[in-house]
Amino acid sequence: MTFRVALNVNGEAHSAEVEPRRLLVQLLREDLSLTGTHVGCDTSQCGACTVLMDGAAVKSCTVLAAQADGASVTTIEGMATNGELHPLQQGFWEKHGLQCGFCTPGMIMAAADLLSRNADPTDADIRHAIEGNYCRCTGYQNIVAAIREAARIGSAAPAGAEA
Amino acid sequence: MAIASPLGTPVKRTEDPRLITGAGSYLDDIKLPGMTHAVILRSPYAHAKITSIDTSRAAAMPGVLAVFTGKDAEGELNPLPCAWAAGGASGGEVGGVTNNLNTPRVLAVDDVKWTGEGVAVVIAETPEQAVDARDMIDVNWEPLPVVVDTEGATADGAPQLHENAPNNVAFTWAIGDADGTAAAIDGAEVVVRQRIVNQRLIPNPIDMRGAIGRWDAGSDEYTIWMTSQTPHIMRLLIAAFVMGVPEHKIRVISPDIGGAFGTKIFCYPEWTLVAWASKKLGGRPVKWYETRTENYQATTHGRDHVSYLEVGATKEGEVTGLRVKTYANMGGRLSTIGPGIPTTLYGRVLGGPYKIPNVHCEVIGTYTNTVFVDAYRGAGRPEATYLLERAMDLVADETGVDPAEVRRRNFLANDVFPYRNPSGLLRSWNGAEVEIDSGNYGPALERALEMVGYADLDKRRAEAEKRGRRLGVGLSTYIEMCGVAPSKWIGLVGEGWGAAMWESANIRVHLTGKTVLTIGTQSHGQGHETTYAQIVADQLGMAMDDILVEHSDTSGTPFGYGTYGSRSGAVGGMAAVRAAEKIKEKAKRLAAHMLEANPEDMEFVDGTARVKGSPDKSKTIAELALAAHVGYDLPAGMEPYLDETAYYDTPNCTWPFGTHIAVVEVDPETGHVQLVQYVAVDDVGKKINPLIVDGQIHGGIVQGIGQALWEGAVYDDEGQLLSGSMMDYAVPRASWLPELELDETVTPS
Repeated sequence: MTFRVALNVNGEAHSAEVEPRRLLVQLLREDLSLTGTHVGCDTSQCGACTVLMDGAAVKSCTVLAAQADGASVTTIEGMATNGELHPLQQGFWEKHGLQCGFCTPGMIMAAADLLSRNADPTDADIRHAIEGNYCRCTGYQNIVAAIREAARIGSAAPAGAEA
Repeated sequence: MAIASPLGTPVKRTEDPRLITGAGSYLDDIKLPGMTHAVILRSPYAHAKITSIDTSRAAAMPGVLAVFTGKDAEGELNPLPCAWAAGGASGGEVGGVTNNLNTPRVLAVDDVKWTGEGVAVVIAETPEQAVDARDMIDVNWEPLPVVVDTEGATADGAPQLHENAPNNVAFTWAIGDADGTAAAIDGAEVVVRQRIVNQRLIPNPIDMRGAIGRWDAGSDEYTIWMTSQTPHIMRLLIAAFVMGVPEHKIRVISPDIGGAFGTKIFCYPEWTLVAWASKKLGGRPVKWYETRTENYQATTHGRDHVSYLEVGATKEGEVTGLRVKTYANMGGRLSTIGPGIPTTLYGRVLGGPYKIPNVHCEVIGTYTNTVFVDAYRGAGRPEATYLLERAMDLVADETGVDPAEVRRRNFLANDVFPYRNPSGLLRSWNGAEVEIDSGNYGPALERALEMVGYADLDKRRAEAEKRGRRLGVGLSTYIEMCGVAPSKWIGLVGEGWGAAMWESANIRVHLTGKTVLTIGTQSHGQGHETTYAQIVADQLGMAMDDILVEHSDTSGTPFGYGTYGSRSGAVGGMAAVRAAEKIKEKAKRLAAHMLEANPEDMEFVDGTARVKGSPDKSKTIAELALAAHVGYDLPAGMEPYLDETAYYDTPNCTWPFGTHIAVVEVDPETGHVQLVQYVAVDDVGKKINPLIVDGQIHGGIVQGIGQALWEGAVYDDEGQLLSGSMMDYAVPRASWLPELELDETVTPS
């Protein structure tokens, strides 16, 4: 048995035929080849798969593809516009907010959710907002600095190419 | 016009644009035409005989292409090699070390030694089909008694894992002056003793392990993409030991790798399995990428020592003798370099930054029904530092001398370097010796004490008491053996590491002036593409944008020993410098020819080769690259092209050091520990890129904090991994941590 799922991803309409057990992250990575969204665990702990769904951060390993029918999804690939990096991407580059880079897309999407709600977060706000995202390389120090920098650059606007 | 050297500056990383836009290519992102998917059936028992396996129902499932068991591979693939047999050559008794080498097979054949050991593999068109079919494999098991505790495994009556390892002892190893240490402790004014557990850890890179194997029918060649820190070593081991195919018939590629922390050094079963299976399938690529649960069960763990510490000291707190006996858990079978970690990288640095005249260390490597243990973040050296720092604190407690003062009184003085440990800790069994070349430990300690406000901590303690909290202060000074390592010291003739440990670099300056550095190390978060470009830019006076750093593909890079042991900057970086020096030498000879000057009169400055004293008589590196490429007018005997390779064998390890201080508040009612301040003063010499080095320090600190406060791998008595998922294993989270405070002192090697 399969479902037809239609959704908007990074401003483009897509549809796919999916098994009931297919996860949103599998739809993104395997059907749409958007491999910037990563999978780092099987218990929804690591947050590497975080994307924005209708503007809110979700762990796409914990959303069935069928649940995303009709939704608008933003992934890391949708953050830069016309070749210009999103303030969060600039912040992560500027402040060395990544080492191996594997957690980075999820971190950036979780931070985008935060900044859409709170344009001037404290460090405690930032640390709380990325509590669901593991990083094993940076000790989080420069990730916090990167998100602070992104807020400074002035990204209060909702992130990405939302339709 | 000269380009400012980027050496020593916080250059933004060149690898970041692809990683912050989702354009990186990690193992799980790779799709190949016709690719199939492998899923492994793993043992639910920690110790059991396999009496039979029936794969017929699985093989009949939709989409299934093949099901293989250990028996299918047994005649074709050898057991995996152990490449570092603790102080001597593999398989023998050398230097007082007995090695009973029990290593894993690609799939277990007769028995399993831990929960999660692989016993069969299903290959199907989709991962989902492979998972469904795996669950249809029928195995008859005969469970056996289990032991998971490293010390308990050696006790009388403990379950036995291997017939050739009585009492589950994989090896015994000892270093230092046994008699002198015994006399020092027996005659000491103060003696303290403690049993110390360095708990088992799960390393947790966020990108797990994976591999894709592809056999090419036309050439009979294998390509294996794998999450490996050591692609060249893997090719060598798989070719020479596991598959028995010529080395040049295998190509290993490491794609972007999302962290490793040691776990991706090793020769794992799945690396060979996917390549072997691809040939069985006529060349269709076979992909395997583990789940997090598999990562916890089947990728190496770290630490897991039980140690008995005895310290002799004077009443003034000067340590006169240190004796250690350690039970080091190796797991159910030996990983690639497991025995090297609690021996060479542990016992040999037990003197630390201190002038302890008598040290003796005995290590018993044990087999238990747990997954194999191998290098993890610091690998042996943090375990040694932990024991030493416990020793200093115990002496402080016993003598009443302040813990910082105990460290001061025991530090090596500045005038002892290069320092040879009197107990012979740094002498290989063949007599080769490394020295601690440099150090200046006092200033780092004093700076850290100043930053944390050590003199005023009593006030903070009193203030915390008013809030019902207790304030605790932890102090650690350390040295670490980095930049591993001189080949004759660490190699087979010395410490027993399987081959050598030099590093390679090749530089080609193309006709257009664009330059490619290929190097034998492997970057998985350390920013090599940036750091090496800084080095080459500095050497050749070029813009960093004109330099491309290539690594991690055995086709197209010279053989190299990979990345671990804090060796890439110190050893790989020097290989890059040596290759650049050869380029400059050739450039000067060519420029002398073009300028009709004497080659001896040339110098290379700011990207130009010029006549000393006549800076207007010069040729830029770009002009020389063009002239060397076209080769119309070269000096007699000179080959075209600026293309030079260097192999650099380091004369010594490097010996960074520092002091870290942690301040915690404890809620006596709940036991909750809140880390409120962390100060770190590290001396790593001159930083090539402070941004990258400080980032490495942050990450290392938080992994250390994780072990101190939260992390621990726990097996129950049946060998079931209780900390079996990220829900059960406490990887540190951002909200649990304070802002770390860093500073440095700078002491050149």
